[in-house]
Amino acid sequence: MTLLSLAGETIGWKEHDVLVGVDLSIQEGETIAFLGRSGSGKSTLITHLYRRLIAAGRATALVPQDHALVPPLSVFHNVYMGRLDRRSSLYNFANLVRPLRREVAAIRPILAEIALEPEMFRPVERLSGGQKQRTAIARALFRGGDILLGDEPISAIDEKQSAVVLDTIRRRFSTVLLALHDVDLARAYCSRIIGLRGGRIVIDKPSGKIERGEIEALYAA
Amino acid sequence: MLPFADLEVSTHDPWRHVSRFLAGFLSPDFNSIRSIAWAVVYTVAFGLVGVFIGSLAGLLLAPAYHLRPVRILAATLRAVHELFWALLFLQVFGPSAITGALAIALPYSGIFAKVYSEMLEEADRRPDEVLPPGSGALSRFLYARLPMALSPFRIYTRYRIECGLRSSAVLGFVGLPTLGFELDAFFKVGRYESVAAVLLIYYLMIATNRQWLRPSLIPVFLVAAFGLLITLGGPPFRMENLVRFLTEDIVPAPLRDASLLASSTWDQLSGWLDVLLSTQAFPGLWSTVVVTQMALAVTMFVALLGFPLIVARLVGKVPSISGHLLLVVGRSTPEYMLVYIFLQMLGPSMLPAIIALGLHNGAIIAHLLGRQADALTPTLRPDAPRGFNLYVYEFVPRLYGNFLAYIFYRWEIILRESAIVGILGVHTLGFYIDGAITEIRLDRAVLLIAVTVLATFAVDAIARGLRRRFQLSMNDLASREGSAIY
Repeated sequence: MTLLSLAGETIGWKEHDVLVGVDLSIQEGETIAFLGRSGSGKSTLITHLYRRLIAAGRATALVPQDHALVPPLSVFHNVYMGRLDRRSSLYNFANLVRPLRREVAAIRPILAEIALEPEMFRPVERLSGGQKQRTAIARALFRGGDILLGDEPISAIDEKQSAVVLDTIRRRFSTVLLALHDVDLARAYCSRIIGLRGGRIVIDKPSGKIERGEIEALYAA
Repeated sequence: MLPFADLEVSTHDPWRHVSRFLAGFLSPDFNSIRSIAWAVVYTVAFGLVGVFIGSLAGLLLAPAYHLRPVRILAATLRAVHELFWALLFLQVFGPSAITGALAIALPYSGIFAKVYSEMLEEADRRPDEVLPPGSGALSRFLYARLPMALSPFRIYTRYRIECGLRSSAVLGFVGLPTLGFELDAFFKVGRYESVAAVLLIYYLMIATNRQWLRPSLIPVFLVAAFGLLITLGGPPFRMENLVRFLTEDIVPAPLRDASLLASSTWDQLSGWLDVLLSTQAFPGLWSTVVVTQMALAVTMFVALLGFPLIVARLVGKVPSISGHLLLVVGRSTPEYMLVYIFLQMLGPSMLPAIIALGLHNGAIIAHLLGRQADALTPTLRPDAPRGFNLYVYEFVPRLYGNFLAYIFYRWEIILRESAIVGILGVHTLGFYIDGAITEIRLDRAVLLIAVTVLATFAVDAIARGLRRRFQLSMNDLASREGSAIY
């Protein structure tokens, strides 16, 4: 079933970050990697897809490139924000003042899965770059839903951790759309690869059928 | 403005007063240390409680600051000086804890609302943008907006606590048991040695406040302050006093118990208004404007000549330290206290008010400019001129934009201060307001205060227009410095 389709659309507002003539159709249950040099339009596309899915009322979780965390709050509270819409303001406030037991119990296993449990009650501003990124991922995992959109979600995480994180993501979401910089991981974890260059889609193939030369051309100067 | 200004020195022998005052510092008299110590305790208590309530109220108003009624409410609250609030509340609550706490809390809440809302405005919005759609407004604010602005909030609130201590000290001049009360009492009987003791202790309290009033201890101090103020004597709170104040005292006299349908009532009201405006409001407003403009001129003069005093590159390292000391005294002595002291020396005319307001505001701006000049020093070219040439060719031109911005920001504040020093006998609006309150004609006082508020709004609007025209923005200045100008 088609989740979303774009036909000849122009996306973006900043001059250098505009996508032109985008033809794209995404099916439910696909795992897609978006590849391309920085400035090729990946972030613009991810943001646009997120807005479209939200507007269509689809349960979508997002890992934005800049993480958009709240530094003075703990990992627990940042992760909890993924479900801020599920509860009343009063409940949310109580949980802010003092973490509620049932929420701690719900969030702890997610953090354990991506090796962040020991940092649960530390303020995000005191974490390393990789830990911050995993906090943003945990927030998306806690949010849940059918679809996950991630903009370079594993750029600051080491190889071993990356594999664990991608496994977790694939297990928990049926449709996964990721902007990635690691070509090998993209081929290993995603069924379809979309290559962007200069604001256009230049590759759109199943990852098995893609040639090394094609990808090299994508990154060539 | 000069021809309109009453600049007479009316004391019989001003030099005798000045020399006795200065001589007092050579042999300060600490015999009254017990009463001074209690005054310090009350100064801290009123300051802390007032700022605490004000910051809470400001925090509640800040998220709604984009709404016009909230903006007008906050602007009105802060346009009325602490002392005017105190004079009004003294009529309702007497010299009690409520009077002191509210006199600080109300104007401060207006300032906090404005500054907090600006800080929220500038804080990073990304965390809020990625929250799940459908999250409640309150949850959004508490989780994603407030924490992002918490750090500038803390810095600004800490700065305001210091201002609160100064405001609290000044409230003593109208009868609350803080340091101003002691100062006034000793001045009145001519005990200059004790005056010196009070002033020295005041400076010590302000200069060291960051050492003893530590952030971690503030909750403890606050609880103690609330406890102390609750035990403070004074007339018991009576609801009927408040009701009478709101429904009778401040209602224009011709309207009280009169038929609102009878045309004679409205004739009397217009007569009442006519007399009040022509004999009090307009003369008071005119004097206020004269004092404001002349004090502004002195401020510009003091700021431009004063800032080099603290720039090591210009005057040398050691002299710059004494320059700092001079500016610290100038800016940490509340303007009202400074005017009071100058009035004691020179007698009641506009002159002491103009000099004192100019020195105080000039020292504040000189301090900010000097710090910026220091920051500029490493960026100067290696063969930059020295001394006076460096001052006129490098520092003044580079800092002139900031200087003007500060002057425009300070203009409104100087107007408010000019109005308030009328309480001391200069014939500005405060003189007529104080007179009306003494005669227990609160309806007149409230109308005159309203005139002061409108004048403040007018000056603020003109200053904003000029800033826009000269494209002077506070955003060019470091934000922490920027907030210190209010």
